[in-house]
Amino acid sequence: MKNQKNRLAAPFAVGLASVLALTACGGDGFEDQETGGDAEEATSAEGSADLVMLIASSGEAETAAVEEAAAEWAEESGNEVEVRVAADMNQELAQGFAGGNPPDIFYLDAAQVAQQATDGNLHAYEAEDNEDYFPALQEAFTYEDTQWCAPKDFSTLGLQINTEMWEAAGLTDEDIPTTYEELAEVAETLTEGDTTGLVFSPGVDRVGAFVVGNGGWWLNEDATEPTGASEEVLSGLEYVKENMAEGSFAYAGDVDAGWGGEAFGTERAAMTIEGNWIRGAMSNDYPDVDYTVAELPEGSEGPGTLLFSQCWGVASDSEAQAEAVELVNHLSTPEQQLEFAEAFGVMPSRQAATEDYSSAFPEDAPFIAGGDYGRGPVNAPDMTQVVADLNSQLEGISSADLQQMMESFDSNASAVLEQ
Amino acid sequence: MKSRDPQRQQGAGWLFVSPAIIVLGVFLVAPIGMALWVSLSDWSGSGSPISGDVNFIGTENYNALLADPGLARQDLMISFRNTFYYVLGVVPLQTMLALSLAVLLNNRFLRGRTFFRTAFYFPSVVSSVAISLLFLFLFAGSGAINNVLGWFGVNGPNWFQDSRGLIHIFGDAVGLWSIASPPSWMTSPSVMGLSFWEWFSGPSVALSAIMMQVIWTTAGTFMLLFLAGLQDLPVEVEEAAMVDGANKWQRFMNVTVPHLRPTILLVVTLGFIGTWQVFDQMYVMTQGGPAKTTLTPAYLSYQAAFTNGDWGQGAAIAFILFAIIFILTTTQRWLMRDKDASAQKRADRGVRRQRRRPTRVIVEETQRKAQSS
Repeated sequence: MKNQKNRLAAPFAVGLASVLALTACGGDGFEDQETGGDAEEATSAEGSADLVMLIASSGEAETAAVEEAAAEWAEESGNEVEVRVAADMNQELAQGFAGGNPPDIFYLDAAQVAQQATDGNLHAYEAEDNEDYFPALQEAFTYEDTQWCAPKDFSTLGLQINTEMWEAAGLTDEDIPTTYEELAEVAETLTEGDTTGLVFSPGVDRVGAFVVGNGGWWLNEDATEPTGASEEVLSGLEYVKENMAEGSFAYAGDVDAGWGGEAFGTERAAMTIEGNWIRGAMSNDYPDVDYTVAELPEGSEGPGTLLFSQCWGVASDSEAQAEAVELVNHLSTPEQQLEFAEAFGVMPSRQAATEDYSSAFPEDAPFIAGGDYGRGPVNAPDMTQVVADLNSQLEGISSADLQQMMESFDSNASAVLEQ
Repeated sequence: MKSRDPQRQQGAGWLFVSPAIIVLGVFLVAPIGMALWVSLSDWSGSGSPISGDVNFIGTENYNALLADPGLARQDLMISFRNTFYYVLGVVPLQTMLALSLAVLLNNRFLRGRTFFRTAFYFPSVVSSVAISLLFLFLFAGSGAINNVLGWFGVNGPNWFQDSRGLIHIFGDAVGLWSIASPPSWMTSPSVMGLSFWEWFSGPSVALSAIMMQVIWTTAGTFMLLFLAGLQDLPVEVEEAAMVDGANKWQRFMNVTVPHLRPTILLVVTLGFIGTWQVFDQMYVMTQGGPAKTTLTPAYLSYQAAFTNGDWGQGAAIAFILFAIIFILTTTQRWLMRDKDASAQKRADRGVRRQRRRPTRVIVEETQRKAQSS
């Protein structure tokens, strides 16, 4: 009898301990959940607010510039701001949301907005003078008719051309391609020996530009249904596949490079498709390579480029949303955006700052131009895994059955969009 | 009666073990219980998983991963395939390499023994992240490995970008099939979302590069375990074998290896667990690419939770992985059990049982046997 009691006591004690631990976890502040959305009143701190800002910094220059701008606002408004640099943005944000104490304000990628909005993690707001942002950017952060946050800055894809090879092939400025046919032609001309005409990284973030140029997109306008197997998408992919078969296009991996910029820098590529971030890489790693930048050529349905952007997300769990939005307003004035542009080379998301930016950085004109017609990333919840699968299939585009590939994308996408 | 017994002070006993119980409960039992709950719930990653907004959805997450045809199941099966080839390559090779290194370094007449022991153990002490970064450069398309291969006229692949499977490459080389157009009998039927062609791809070139790194890193750790085992091997036994005229190989196979059986069992078990859980290398080097050929269950679990925001599936993958490791190590222990010893034990038990049994039963049994035959 006694023996049995002892045997029961041990698991019982462990069970009790774990129940205690669980209730301890559930105790503080989880109950006051907000679901986010524009109907919510912004919370405001009593007295001065202590804001935490989480950023994914590209380097020392960006961190210093953001810290300085935030400190300026803190000084003026009498609040406190702590700028934290994330090592792994997704993970640190997820931990914050799960623990109920996320950073008040954070960088948020356009591809993540729908997911975070659905999960109720975002406080929707509009910054001052919202109409001034590029319409394509407002669109990129809109999900279910709500614009969730203010675009921080943006970048688009352009065509980089190696000047020396261009001239060696007897080409002039007149020959800079403006249509896909011309692009295929010059790529063929430039392909010689170890050098491939056009090299870019695999995946939707590059190949997608050709889909946009052909008037297609992976999802329909409302992001409710996949349109992968549509004629427009397939003709865009077919164009890439054909030119790869010709040997004048290639993926970076095929020429021993990790990304388009590396292939371009090592001169295994005469042209590549990257955004304005390639400038830093070229001046640091390959200062001897001369190049010019052009807009991406037009497809059958007009110009097509892809647009990447991040916004200033404000957490629905934040206790000082009003102050956070004020801080965003301070960080998004045209003057401040130009300061950021100078400090770490991002393009301002406000049209009011565009003119000054273009005169300060005339060589970025092709990238800025993309702001008018660029297309943001796939913006629907739960699509990450589906897009990742498409990316991995696009790696094998040269030997793939495109129809079958896009049908499988469509069935995967419908499965998550219907939920 | 009980309370007066000075030998039994239950209260004090519990008091003394309570720190251990609390620490284990808070840091072990509670998180595991919580993860189990998350794997059965629709928690979206915001707020506490045990708040009222989170619903119990039964085995839906497990169904999506194991039963329903779809992306979740396809990715999990790809990760199982990758890890299967990974385990198949890494565990035997790292065990053999560690054993050979240990035997070599156990030679009492070897000069600079301490130096070599430190040198071989060194990779195990260095952080796996640092080593992974180093290997990224070594195996780059224009990296050191390919340069060395170039001296022998071999045109090395762009290791971490190459998604071709080794079995595919082999078949292509001997003319069994062509990678560009795989035979239709291998592509048409699909089992659990993957065709035979995909199941039998073998480890990709990228995964093989990671396998080489892991074998190189872990061999040192296991070498240490084998060295410790070898210290226990009495010199007299080996000398006796020598006197009996056994050569080096016979002494190794019939004296050293049987003596090291418990250590081998331990090393293989640890190897199984470690390889099924591989995560660091994928996180640092490939993020599951190229074409998902380095996706592993542990990395997929991380990705499901933190990138896709699908916490339930992430937790469910972790429990499926636990079940697999548990089953595999149990099977492996059973296969590698000391057969002589267990036979002896069973015989002893049998004798004891016979002794305990009343004679009448035995008599009856022998009668029955006699009748039936």
